[in-house]
Amino acid sequence: MNLIIVIVLCLLIVAMAVTAIMHKKLTISVLAAGVVSLLASVLYLLLAAPDVAMTEAAIGSGLSTIIFFYVLNKIRNVK
Amino acid sequence: MAIEIISLITSFVLMLIGLYGLLSDKNIIKIIVGFSLFDTGTHILIVTIGYLKGKTAPILDNAVGLTDVSQKIVDPIPQALVLTAIVIGLAVTALMLAYALKMYQAKKSLNIGDYKTLKW
Amino acid sequence: MIRNFFILILVAAFATIFASLFLNYGSSETLTPLATYYAENGAAEVGAPNLVTSIVVTYRGFDTLGEVTILFVVASVIGFFLKKTKHNNEEPAKRESSEIIVTASKVLVPIIIVLGIYVFINGHLTPGGGFQGGSIVATAFIMLLMANPAFEINHRIVHAVESISGIGFVLMGVFGLLLAGGFLDNRFLPLGTFGNIFSAGAIPVIYSLIGLKVGSEMSNILSNFQAVQNEKM
Repeated sequence: MNLIIVIVLCLLIVAMAVTAIMHKKLTISVLAAGVVSLLASVLYLLLAAPDVAMTEAAIGSGLSTIIFFYVLNKIRNVK
Repeated sequence: MAIEIISLITSFVLMLIGLYGLLSDKNIIKIIVGFSLFDTGTHILIVTIGYLKGKTAPILDNAVGLTDVSQKIVDPIPQALVLTAIVIGLAVTALMLAYALKMYQAKKSLNIGDYKTLKW
Repeated sequence: MIRNFFILILVAAFATIFASLFLNYGSSETLTPLATYYAENGAAEVGAPNLVTSIVVTYRGFDTLGEVTILFVVASVIGFFLKKTKHNNEEPAKRESSEIIVTASKVLVPIIIVLGIYVFINGHLTPGGGFQGGSIVATAFIMLLMANPAFEINHRIVHAVESISGIGFVLMGVFGLLLAGGFLDNRFLPLGTFGNIFSAGAIPVIYSLIGLKVGSEMSNILSNFQAVQNEKM
């Protein structure tokens, strides 16, 4: 059961990473990078690392996405 | 196929995708996104190295008990190192974004090709 | 064209390195000797059920000190770069937040702050700790900024919290040096009952100080990024 969850998670992580690199729109690219972090935190939980999972969920997908959006907002306002 | 093999492959693929994005894209924000993907891949790799099959998290609650601890838990050292690395990764990302904002304010462009002053 | 070719060669070279690493990977069944030592003696020496916490705070406390220093340096560099200057500061844009966010933030912000404090005080018992709790507190600060874009934190309070917790962290280390085995040794306070909240010596104190420091530094970084939003370029 865990194995199936891990396989689906890893496929989603790779798909989201490809989206983050290939998509033309910056907003979607940044969001996809945040989703990669969020899925990675679930993967950490399955790898028996709950501390790392909490850190990644709070920092990788929360704060760092917000900082990206602050910068994107500033850039969009000027154009 | 076990969990650690799959997540090992994922971490390597994630690092390669991040590296490709880092090198091929011209947009500064996209370069920073590629960098953060590379970061996540490295973290997954280090956590996977510490994983031992069938063991539980390194927290000595009632389920683990206090005897024969080393037979029951996964390696806590890589987890402690990754904990540090994630926070520093956020700090580095924020610093790069602040630089990108300042560069944009100076030249009104996000294309890395427009910044010729760094070339020689 | 030639650039793409070089990039592909570089990625292929990395892929070769990773492939050889992957083929030589053998999943081990036992812990390394160092990890075995931590697992067998961590509970008796440090007294914290969460072994990751005892490694981060006590066994490898210097790592954490360096990391907090890096975070402090980054916060000050970002503050220097994104500084508000007098001539480019215009009126903040009038942008009303939606009713839902304003109402929800009134309910959620205290709860999020309490959750963050819970996470870093219980860092030695449950998953979590100073870094996670500090970033959860910073998330509450984001919520405040979303509800009211003109909101400004009192910089004097944030700087005071940051300085006091930083000094306190180093002082705890020095106390460990003077009263117990070495720098950041937690045994100068009694170890207490294993599994209680007031146990594991100085670890709850040190991790709370780290949580306050990380939370205030992250809030500082975020408020600098918020301040640059209203600035004319």
